[in-house]
Amino acid sequence: MSTLTKQDTFSSLLESAPKTFEAARALAKESYLVQGIPASKAEEYKFTNIGKKLEQNISKFTAAQTFDVAGELVKSSIFEGFEGDVLVFSNGKFQPNLSSKIEGVEVSLISEKTDLALGSIAKPEKDAFAALNQASFEDGIFISVPKKAQIAKPILLLSFNQANEGQVIQPRVWIEAGDFAEVTFIDHSISLGDTAYFVNKVVELKGGINTQLSYYRLQNEGKNAIEVSSIESDIQKDARFTSVNISLSGDLVRNNLSLNLLGSNSEGNMFGIFLLNGKTHVDNHTNVDHTIPHAESHELYKGILADQSRGVFNGKIFVRQDAQKTNAFQQNNNILLSEDAIINTKPQLEIWADDVKCSHGCTVGQLDEEALFYLQARGIDKMQAKGLLLYAFAGEVLEKIQEESFRNYCDTLVQERLGSKF
Amino acid sequence: MSKDNTILEELTSKEYEHGWSVNYEADEAPLGLNEGIIQWISAKKEEPQWLLEWRLKAFKTWQSMKEPEWANVHYPKIDLQALRYYSAPKQKKSAKNLDEVDPELIAIYERLGISLNEQKRLEGIAVDAVLDSVSVATTFRGTLSKLGIIFCSFSEAVKEHPELVKKYLGSVVPMTDNYYAALNSAVFSDGSFCYIPKGVRCPMELSTYFRINAANTGQFERTLIVADDESYVSYLEGCTAPQRDENQLHAAVVEIYAGAQAEVKYSTVQNWFPGDKNGKGGIYNFVTKRGICAGDFSKISWTQVETGSAVTWKYPSCILKGDHSIGEFYSVAVTNNYQQADTGTKMIHIGKNTKSRIVSKGISAGKSQNSYRGQVQVMKRADNARNFSQCDSLLMGDRCGAHTFPYIDINNASAKVEHEATTSKIGEDQIFYCNQRGIATEDAVALIVNGYAKEVLNQLPMEFAVEAQKLLALTLEGSVG
Repeated sequence: MSTLTKQDTFSSLLESAPKTFEAARALAKESYLVQGIPASKAEEYKFTNIGKKLEQNISKFTAAQTFDVAGELVKSSIFEGFEGDVLVFSNGKFQPNLSSKIEGVEVSLISEKTDLALGSIAKPEKDAFAALNQASFEDGIFISVPKKAQIAKPILLLSFNQANEGQVIQPRVWIEAGDFAEVTFIDHSISLGDTAYFVNKVVELKGGINTQLSYYRLQNEGKNAIEVSSIESDIQKDARFTSVNISLSGDLVRNNLSLNLLGSNSEGNMFGIFLLNGKTHVDNHTNVDHTIPHAESHELYKGILADQSRGVFNGKIFVRQDAQKTNAFQQNNNILLSEDAIINTKPQLEIWADDVKCSHGCTVGQLDEEALFYLQARGIDKMQAKGLLLYAFAGEVLEKIQEESFRNYCDTLVQERLGSKF
Repeated sequence: MSKDNTILEELTSKEYEHGWSVNYEADEAPLGLNEGIIQWISAKKEEPQWLLEWRLKAFKTWQSMKEPEWANVHYPKIDLQALRYYSAPKQKKSAKNLDEVDPELIAIYERLGISLNEQKRLEGIAVDAVLDSVSVATTFRGTLSKLGIIFCSFSEAVKEHPELVKKYLGSVVPMTDNYYAALNSAVFSDGSFCYIPKGVRCPMELSTYFRINAANTGQFERTLIVADDESYVSYLEGCTAPQRDENQLHAAVVEIYAGAQAEVKYSTVQNWFPGDKNGKGGIYNFVTKRGICAGDFSKISWTQVETGSAVTWKYPSCILKGDHSIGEFYSVAVTNNYQQADTGTKMIHIGKNTKSRIVSKGISAGKSQNSYRGQVQVMKRADNARNFSQCDSLLMGDRCGAHTFPYIDINNASAKVEHEATTSKIGEDQIFYCNQRGIATEDAVALIVNGYAKEVLNQLPMEFAVEAQKLLALTLEGSVG
């Protein structure tokens, strides 16, 4: 159990929870109290001692309040060349007045959808933080893409966070896409300030039959921010889910990404890069659950670690007994650039069916000396050559992003990071 | 499919070859575990005071520990108070040489195919035969002692070479290491001790054969191998147990110490009784094995073929402390019926320019669960560490499982670490290819499995390789179609 007295630390959050979804909240609260904040002994949080981090300075957390986001700020934060619709959030809460109306898509506050099966995808009993969010979030957003709707332009979820140390931001997102629908989301958070606030986010995505669902995420929080997120998706037969996750900064970041393949011929793709410097600690936990035959999953995570940063990768592929003819592939490559950087990686396979093809690969290494020499021999100086090679390394993930404006934006950020820092 | 089933039935109905037991007059400790029992064991073995104190300290440590539950294995809790911690065949007097050993006991080993008669043995293997809690005979001691090599039972080593035992006992696997290691430290009965002096290349394979015979007895042996600087030894371990309905506990500790430029090769063919086809009975094999490459340029190599035991919990590890030291782990783990195996290795890179290699081949059939659990850790000062790991799983039958839990913890930027794992079943195309060339499905499977495990089997000393191949064939014949 944690050293945190679990009731105390987040009790004010739990007490001030609104009176919506009472049954779901009660269930989640109980589940949270049973689990407690995971200590470092908990296998799933072995290398990410979030309890200690949270406890460091704060003994009582309170909910962060909404603040006014200037229209100018919203405008200037949108990527160059982006033409899709924008939904704006202030400290996790949806701001309809700043957001665009999206044609053919239903958007509302989650509290208006009283019969929503909250927590049916991101189950509170699986993770203490998901439980905490479900028990105490204030309000969230509900997005529904109807059957056969093809939303050509991506939908940008633009969050502005500004809170003090000891304040918690708890965004809650529910996305559902009907059969044959096609939609892409871009999740981008912007920190206004460098305070040590705590973000505890839950996103539930529900895909129908033959849905094409993409969720891109850029994490570029303030360097003192602590963040835990649970993104979990259920998809049905013939559907495809693609996630691209780019982590660039923060103090301690924990990403739980889970995908449940519930119909045959479904396909899951999970891609990610973490480019870390300073003392940033990023922990990517991914989980693909193959429950049915004839599904496929691909996973590629890459890490570049400089300074005293620490990366954790735990990729789990779970193939259930009935999930014959599964193809599941997973790859994690890491480059350590500094003596003080640490990587803990655990690519994990749990296979209960026999007629499957599953593999994982994992490497930790440095830049190829010969490639470096080759470039230097052609008159490119060493720093530039290194930047070029690292950029190529990261590029394999970046190119999975289909939306051009977002890809260009990430590309620039990555290049800046690699060119200036390394 | 029906053909497969008949073949599978044939296979699973195959009796465990070494399932018999013998009645002999035994010297037994009363059931249960307490300080009194430990004193009883220690007195029985006429141990010096320091060892008794060491045992009691371990017992205290153990009492404060909890049974580990993280492994991917499930079994009913063992009632440690219902076990007997010492059982030894009664011998008229202690045997000074083989001629004095009770012929009945020698017969047990003859029946297992282990001849203790030096003339009858193939040249080049010295055997320490351990029955339940004691070592009954050690062969070729004369030949070995001429080279200064000490190879004897652990009890004798305590009496004759206390300084060596005192120096190395618990130096690689401390009593506080884990629950079962602490338990072993408190109650260990016998085992083998081997010391290779500086600069000596051991001319023959040293081998220990463990046999559990008595019922309700736990076997807690302790093996200590010390290879001084520039020496070499290859060590083999074999084990079997009678077929009984209740589960028996085997919690051994193996410690290996390798000095500068020394090389130790440790091979095991583990064939404890795996339980019957309904998962009844079998050995719980909870073993701690660890070697330390203490000196520069030293090397420790583990090779294991795991076919037996109802539950296996075993992680032979290498601590690569000396610069340029090398650790290797080759494993074939086969599980069938209701067997569960959670096995793998730990490679701890501490010295500079250390290298390690892991090749693990898991084969699961029937309703068994086979897990690889490994760790590669590169410490901060371990510059230029290199690791390559390959963990493959082969699945036969749709009710078995194969799991991989590799931990890779890198703390040094100059490390090069690669890990690869695949899981699949034998491809229909591969079988079809063989069929086309006139090879029957049955033989094709054997061929493919053999090829699959070859990388590991090649590492085994010749005599063992033959046994291992036979065991593989026996366990897997016809499991796939």
